[in-house]
Amino acid sequence: MSSQPAPILQVQGATVRFQAEPALEDVAFRMFPGEVHSLMGENGAGKSTLIKGITGARPFDQGTVTLDGEVVAFATPAEAQRAGIRTVYQEIDLLPNLTVAENIMLGREPRRRGVIDWGAMHREAAAVLAELGVRIDPSSLLGSHAVAVQQLVAIARAVSGEVRVLVLDEPTSSLDTDEVGELFRILRDLRDRGVAILFISHFLDQVYEICDRVTVLRNGRLVGEYLTRELLRIDLVQKMLGRSGDELAIPSRPAITGDARGAVLRAGGLTRGRVHGIDADLAEGEVLGIAGLLGSGRTEVARMLTGIDRPDAGRITLEGAAVAPGSPRRAIALGLTYSSENRRTEGIISELTVRENITISLQAQRGIFRRMRLTRQRELAASWVDALGIRPTAIEQPAGLLSGGNQQKVLLARLLALAPRVMVLDEPTRGIDIGAKVEVQRLVDELAENGMAVVFISAELEEVLRVSTRVMLLRDGRLVDTLPAERLTLETLLATIAKADDRA
Amino acid sequence: MTDQSMLERPTLGTAIQRFLSRRASWVPFFAALLILVLMFAGAQAYFGNFLTPRVISSLLLDNAYLLILAVGMTFVILTGGIDLSVGAVMAFTGMLGASMLRDGVPAPVVVPVMLVLGASMGLGVGVLVQYFDVQPFIASLAAMFAARGLAFMVSLASIRVDDAGILWLQSTRIQAAPGSWFITPTGIIAILVVVAGALVLAYTRFGRTIYAIGGNEQSARLMGLPVVRTKLLAYVVSGLCAGLAGVVFTAYTGASYPLNGIGTELDTIAAVVIGGTLLTGGSGFVLGSMIGVFVYGTIKTAISFLGAEQSWTRITIGGLLLLFVVVQRLIVARSRRR
Repeated sequence: MSSQPAPILQVQGATVRFQAEPALEDVAFRMFPGEVHSLMGENGAGKSTLIKGITGARPFDQGTVTLDGEVVAFATPAEAQRAGIRTVYQEIDLLPNLTVAENIMLGREPRRRGVIDWGAMHREAAAVLAELGVRIDPSSLLGSHAVAVQQLVAIARAVSGEVRVLVLDEPTSSLDTDEVGELFRILRDLRDRGVAILFISHFLDQVYEICDRVTVLRNGRLVGEYLTRELLRIDLVQKMLGRSGDELAIPSRPAITGDARGAVLRAGGLTRGRVHGIDADLAEGEVLGIAGLLGSGRTEVARMLTGIDRPDAGRITLEGAAVAPGSPRRAIALGLTYSSENRRTEGIISELTVRENITISLQAQRGIFRRMRLTRQRELAASWVDALGIRPTAIEQPAGLLSGGNQQKVLLARLLALAPRVMVLDEPTRGIDIGAKVEVQRLVDELAENGMAVVFISAELEEVLRVSTRVMLLRDGRLVDTLPAERLTLETLLATIAKADDRA
Repeated sequence: MTDQSMLERPTLGTAIQRFLSRRASWVPFFAALLILVLMFAGAQAYFGNFLTPRVISSLLLDNAYLLILAVGMTFVILTGGIDLSVGAVMAFTGMLGASMLRDGVPAPVVVPVMLVLGASMGLGVGVLVQYFDVQPFIASLAAMFAARGLAFMVSLASIRVDDAGILWLQSTRIQAAPGSWFITPTGIIAILVVVAGALVLAYTRFGRTIYAIGGNEQSARLMGLPVVRTKLLAYVVSGLCAGLAGVVFTAYTGASYPLNGIGTELDTIAAVVIGGTLLTGGSGFVLGSMIGVFVYGTIKTAISFLGAEQSWTRITIGGLLLLFVVVQRLIVARSRRR
């Protein structure tokens, strides 16, 4: 870093078009040996496309890649790997049915007379693991280890042999704090050995902790390259979004109190499993946040309120009348809708088109004998795509191709098409980038403004505070308190939900 | 983060843990072995004269063709595929071989032709699966109908085989050990195929790539492994084994009949699954498939000892298969939970 060395990797004029739409337009990018570099941008900014071009997964349509002074053109990941460009993908892409050693060495196993030398393989794998300071048995099956350990094995695979550029795509999304610390220790070690590391993450804190340099992309174009220590966070966010900080703010609305409150939904003594005696009430135009640690019962409460799970005890009243939403179908008929925290497995049906995903619940509610005409479906889907700003706007493409943020909007559109009275959103902003997050938060705000009653759940307490008018505080399956958001600060909130139970 | 206990001196507890973390995939194999031993013991206790050198020797002799088919099938199932064509390919290569021998073509020419024919039918299935994205079930089903039809094209009637060389494979009884232990050249071929299959899977890149594809095809591709070539080759191996089984089965029956081997593909799959290979791919062993074949053969022999209907073989195999599939689901479910 001292006297600027020559970049190890240089990309110039990179352009990729999907059909006519450019995903990447004339982007320049460079990486230096012994530096951790971050690529920042919203979903759809072109980060993945740029990475795929560098790693050979999908070569650029135009543009050159120079590695160590030589122009290279990788047609497949295997070619890039041989040249020393290694990638660890977001979803762990190893083989749980094989041993740790095989996962590290597969494809370049040590052989003697064409026969795999298992002894040497285990020794080499053990050496790689030891170098990273990871102490696991190389002969054990990969599937017998925790996800975090598998992640480290993936890195071990990537750095074994000659590695010049290491690409890590969202490596921390499934790790806890200690595990992230361990990963960073390994990354610093590799950096000091002269490896150029490309680190992609949605977490700004992590980017600022580990990265020396950051390149920002927006809408497939290069915004600029900066040294992390010279770039303020707020400026970084602004460059990513192309908007100023003020625009990102969400107007806060006071909690509705006293006689003005007409409670739409009331729940008393909801109990199921670990969750005990939860009381809740929700008024029109209100955003009720649920804050609590993982395992505090956030999701359980949401699922009971919307009929996904049947409570063991307790009652729910909707506009004064007792209801028993024993199934999602009944709940939807009552106007109670739920968006799951597991967007991929319990939300988006990725093979179906955006149109089908948006209209499917409404159609299900109408029943098969009152089939919506295709033109009506198209109108409906197009209007929601327009209203929620879903990108790209093609309603006939499979929903699985959309970015996380846009998939979330499609899910919201599906629920909104049902014209519900209550929407329960469980972690609607998880795993989506900051720009999309703000859009979803705004949308929630707008819905409440228009009289919808919303329950908003998020692991990010700051977000809960910003979006909600009132906040339910849960701890270990019990309701601690429900308070107006303006009377809470991040610190008091944290202290309340994290406090050990000391009432005894 | 660290499994430190693994690296320290093993006590009994850690030794078991270590075995499980390293060799979990062998558990179904040992389960199959246990069942075989229990069946041997049970049959011996019931009949008194079951475990004789003659019976055990015939077990290999009578099931040599099935053993060869099971080795090829193991390769395909390990990749997560299936090959329904093997029974029909065995019949077709057998018919064509027999007719060529009848027309006076010498055996040293006929046998390679049969092997190449089997391998190319396998290649055809592989190409359909790999390049045309056809489900292995459908691709091999199509090959099954094609091969069966071709077998009938050769002749509608049985063709006797008089070639001394081919018959020698079956009729020669080599004394394998003192007493009435014997082994035929067909049995030796089958054992060699098992050994070759086991070595290839354990000690070659091709073999390990087969496991990798079965574990996760997408991951194997991202790791830069030769997925396309390996998958094609797996079907070629299965086809080649079917061709070889055609030779062995022709020697076994001394004739070829176009209806030979109907349902054999299902017996083969049953033997492979009983031997502990996961139908979803990625886990299993050729040695397990061998045990599976022996389990199948033992049931058949025991039922003929009883003098009962052979349909009981099918019923018993059905029951065992069900048991094993359930056991496999439990194992998979347990490993998912981690």
